[in-house]
Amino acid sequence: MRASSESAVRVGLVYPELLGTYGDRGNAVVLAQRLRWRGHAAELVEVTAGAPIPDSLDVYLFGGGEDDPQVMASAGMRNSRAAIDRARAGGAAVLAVCAGFQLIGHSYEAADGTMIDGLGLVDAVTRAGPNRLIGELVVEPDLPLPVLTGFENHGGRTTLGPSERPLGRVLARNGRGGDTEGLVGERLIGTYMHGPVLPRNPALADHVLSWVVGDLSPLDSTTEEQLRAAQLHAGSARGLRKWWQERVLARG
Amino acid sequence: MSLRSLRTSIAITGGHVAGWLSRVTGRGQGATISGRVINAIAPNALAQLATGQRVALVSATNGKTTTTRLLAAAVARTGERVVSNATGANLTSGIAPILAKARAPGLAVLEVDERVLPRVVDPLGAELLVLGNLSRDQLDRYGEVHAVGDLWRHAAETHPDLRVVANASDPHVVWAATPAKTMWIDLGLGWRNDAATCPNCAALLSWSTDRFDCPSCGFGQPATPNRLDGDTLVLDGTRVPLRLALPGRWNLANAALAVTAAATHFGVDPHDAADAATTITTVAGRYMTVALPNGRRARVLLAKNPAGWSEVLHHLSVPPPARRNCSVVIAVNARVADGKDPSWLWDVPYELLRGQPVAAAGERAYDVAVRLRYAEVDHLVEPDPLAAAASLPGDDVNIVASYTQFSAIYRRFG
Repeated sequence: MRASSESAVRVGLVYPELLGTYGDRGNAVVLAQRLRWRGHAAELVEVTAGAPIPDSLDVYLFGGGEDDPQVMASAGMRNSRAAIDRARAGGAAVLAVCAGFQLIGHSYEAADGTMIDGLGLVDAVTRAGPNRLIGELVVEPDLPLPVLTGFENHGGRTTLGPSERPLGRVLARNGRGGDTEGLVGERLIGTYMHGPVLPRNPALADHVLSWVVGDLSPLDSTTEEQLRAAQLHAGSARGLRKWWQERVLARG
Repeated sequence: MSLRSLRTSIAITGGHVAGWLSRVTGRGQGATISGRVINAIAPNALAQLATGQRVALVSATNGKTTTTRLLAAAVARTGERVVSNATGANLTSGIAPILAKARAPGLAVLEVDERVLPRVVDPLGAELLVLGNLSRDQLDRYGEVHAVGDLWRHAAETHPDLRVVANASDPHVVWAATPAKTMWIDLGLGWRNDAATCPNCAALLSWSTDRFDCPSCGFGQPATPNRLDGDTLVLDGTRVPLRLALPGRWNLANAALAVTAAATHFGVDPHDAADAATTITTVAGRYMTVALPNGRRARVLLAKNPAGWSEVLHHLSVPPPARRNCSVVIAVNARVADGKDPSWLWDVPYELLRGQPVAAAGERAYDVAVRLRYAEVDHLVEPDPLAAAASLPGDDVNIVASYTQFSAIYRRFG
């Protein structure tokens, strides 16, 4: 647990101009609001492009972006590696989505085919895939959480090193399943899921927050559950069944 | 008819039948399906149909339908016959049936989809492009903004004689139009979130209050004596007041672009062109009012991406005394024509609507509702936008709809 009860939790949105193309700002809004609604002080800190990333943030959010901005973001992130390491050692959490997920790995293949160095926070490498994966995604997480729902839109394929653990198993991707999705590490999540991922999956938001502030009081999430039901149905009948089993049958 | 081959004539007849079938079966307005039939029967139809027409093409992420309408009205002041795709059907297949209506030489003012634009410059023999703005829209379908800018630029590079009238304050548009013979106008619109890096060298662009520059390669906002100054167009020193019936500063920008094109390319007196713009009150259903079940009326607006929404919110988030009287229905679908990923809702500052009556509507009403919950905007959830509007208080009721939501309302009332 990193944040003391007196100080505000600092939710850091890193380079929103570069890594904000796909609505991932919403993850920062959700984390800050779910803290405030429980009586915690929270501060949404935007780290603007070109500025050094400070070591004082409690959560580091890296979002999805376009090709050139992703190259630009990688340089700034590498330059701030020491600050991020200090924060991580002090208990800070990381949520990295899409381009951001690629950037926390060792390297990724840019649009022109060159390999660009990432932060190397995790043992992962991203190569360009044969096509773009676009559509609803339903994932059974390797965490004690309900099924995850999101929307993916990316060309890269990320390969995890043998010691890394995927975030979960794909139940449905364009109607098919079988692959793994994302990565879960120590106080760290990498994923391709937009939507954004945290408003679609409030339990995952609380999971990230619990790394920072410890146990959380329950919060009404009826509105989010209605959205989840609709999108799990859209993502796959299988995903919906799983959700139904967990939400309804598991209650007995 | 003598200019057209038999094949093209058959194609047009087939297209009319398909369009009629589309309308009577309630599937659409018929322009797109009729164009598809025409293209299938006669692939050279576009080139044949455009023979004898002076063609101007209008494209942008936001405002292309309105700019086209305003430009068509303005160039009609030349006394020439003008054809234009007034319904917003802007794919190759939507353009053909419009040109087929032109029975004599004249002017064709055509709205074109951003991705289709480079493909139709040659077959239509276009002489003018009018380029408004580029920002993210339907990322699942169009891809990233830079890619669309590069497509446009390729069209400009390969057509050195093409004339362009373009917005000088949008980096993507400037990148695209620089190789052409371009008349610039500084429209001064504020959406910068999709142009953080230089389209030329990928360095960070630096933005000041009134211009952008690349500190690395020298790319920047071109100097021009033409600009939009409040509600006045300044055209090479001449001040032209724009008195629009259409709302919002975004329509002032659309009008400034249209008047500049009409004046500098078609020789219309700019005051006449501006006068023509004042006569436009609705554009293919945009800004029309519809009757609600309880006898009140609601105004219908189209907003389909963060840049468009940021302009609409600037207009609809009213000062405190009127807040309870100005209600907003946010009606969002995520079909193919809307973009299948409504994540963009999180890049719109809906927090500005706190204290106003708001409803979440459309097939993705729950996505809107979750967004509004985290924005702490009190709201009701009602998928039917008209029922939602009827449930809200206030005299000033606005339905702001994504593309397919808007089209459904337009089909019903337009």
